[in-house]
Amino acid sequence: MKKKQVLCTMAGTMWKVLVAPGDTVAAGDTVAILESMKMEIPIEAEIGGTVDTIDAPEGTVIDEGAPVLTLR
Amino acid sequence: MTHRKIEELREKSAKARAGGGEKARARHVEAGKLLVRDRLTLLFDQGFDFEDGLLAGIHRDLPADAVVTCIGKVHGRDVAVIANDMTVKAGSWGHTTFLKITRLQDVAKEAGIPVVYLVDSAGARVDEQADSYLGRRAWGNIFYNQVVTSGIVPQVCALFGPSPAGAAYIPALCDLTIMVDKQATAMLGSPRMAKMTIGEDISEEELGGALMHCTVSGLGDVLVKTDAEAIAKVREYLSYLPSKWDDKPPQAASRPPKTLAKPLSEIIPSNQNLPYDVKLLIDGLVDEGSFFEVKALFAPELVTGLARLGGMPVGIVANNSKVKGGVLFVDTSDKATRFIWMCNAFNVPLLFLQDVSGYMIGSKMERAGIIRHGAKLLSAVCEATVPRISVAVRKGYGGGYVAMSGSSTHPDAMLALPTGMVGLVGPEAAINALYAKQVAEMPAEERDAFVKAKREEYAQDIHVMGMAADRFHVEAVVEAEHLRDELIARFRIYSRRPSPPLRRRGAVHQV
Repeated sequence: MKKKQVLCTMAGTMWKVLVAPGDTVAAGDTVAILESMKMEIPIEAEIGGTVDTIDAPEGTVIDEGAPVLTLR
Repeated sequence: MTHRKIEELREKSAKARAGGGEKARARHVEAGKLLVRDRLTLLFDQGFDFEDGLLAGIHRDLPADAVVTCIGKVHGRDVAVIANDMTVKAGSWGHTTFLKITRLQDVAKEAGIPVVYLVDSAGARVDEQADSYLGRRAWGNIFYNQVVTSGIVPQVCALFGPSPAGAAYIPALCDLTIMVDKQATAMLGSPRMAKMTIGEDISEEELGGALMHCTVSGLGDVLVKTDAEAIAKVREYLSYLPSKWDDKPPQAASRPPKTLAKPLSEIIPSNQNLPYDVKLLIDGLVDEGSFFEVKALFAPELVTGLARLGGMPVGIVANNSKVKGGVLFVDTSDKATRFIWMCNAFNVPLLFLQDVSGYMIGSKMERAGIIRHGAKLLSAVCEATVPRISVAVRKGYGGGYVAMSGSSTHPDAMLALPTGMVGLVGPEAAINALYAKQVAEMPAEERDAFVKAKREEYAQDIHVMGMAADRFHVEAVVEAEHLRDELIARFRIYSRRPSPPLRRRGAVHQV
């Protein structure tokens, strides 16, 4: 089965992660803010669930399509 | 004798109008689709004025040879329509189908009236290829006609069902394609062929469904839920355009913009890095309910759409910082370019709303050809001869400023809001480039204060009320609340400017 993950919409540096493992998120929630091209870019969860792991902690240089966090 | 012939004509006409067999028609309707003549009823103001080739195929039990070609009125203006009948041999193309389609294409081009394609077809018939595929008079003429007609009269497609292989080029060669979700598909090779050739297991919907084309490939411009909605969108789209390229777009009565919850000056964040939804700004500028968004689901970091300003049609190209920071990517350039081409072709003035920190960087982007794509957008902007106004809403940095119709691309006016900031680079990058060595050499405790002061100084410099206004690089700095009136007044004047004559065969564009 495909993992339930929130993926990064573009390349940049993870600036703020707004949730922690155990938190419940709903589809459409902003879960993190990416910094890229001088912009603060909100990362939204496309699906809801409970946060299992944070895959891109603050400060991580992250590529487009890479996981920001995993849900369970 | 005469009476018998009249009876025969009536019988045959009725049979042809009924379309395919009862079973095929029932299956079509059960699938939630409208029959071809019901689609036409919805499209035209009041039925059509005349039809070609109703009796084509009648002796071969192929009513109208699977296509209705006719001319009728949409908003009181003549429009040519080519509509496949899915209930006759799956809407496929035979030789007389081809003759009917190309004849109406010729009539529309010569008369200077838009062509609407209502597509729902299994494509070309292999058993009719001898007369219809290879020669000078063959199916390929349909595409040839679309290409040579492009930019002369509007061509719009509503895709209700399949358009496989060659037939997929009808939507592709139209100016705008509307797709019905879960019904429309376009693909060169079927899932069966994909399985045989490259071992790919994929459904039709995933391979070439409407949702895929409207979000990923960019072939679809507008995604709708039903046949009726698709037809309503065709009518709406045509209301912004002239019947042919050298006419002016139709004016409507002016309507005030939508009342917003907050004034525009409070909606647009002055912090350049904070995202907001530019569609709110568009709502605050255009006549209420007049925004027809094109490619809403594709490359949403940039918004494109037709709208009315004081009743006058305009095309809007706006960076949307709400999505991916409003940064320009390869798809963004494709989206903007094609929209600009369409507006320029049909005399629709262009409004650019700038809020862009530039083109995306990095090896992935370079390999994807971001420079080629940027060059293509530049070509489209520089070659657009319709009235053109660009507004620095917030930042316009580097290539982004130029590509969004910056002053150097010769718009009729470069305006700015008081939040506008235009420069080669933003403050962070500028100070880094100018003072990196000096900062490295100074005591650590002094660095932050120095960098902050220099950034602020630089931000003042590139603010529109700095050098841009002082040296007349912008025509005017306008408060957001006054921008609508300013735009209406300026477009009214610039619309009087004659278009420059065309003096070459064609440019060598990047793509």
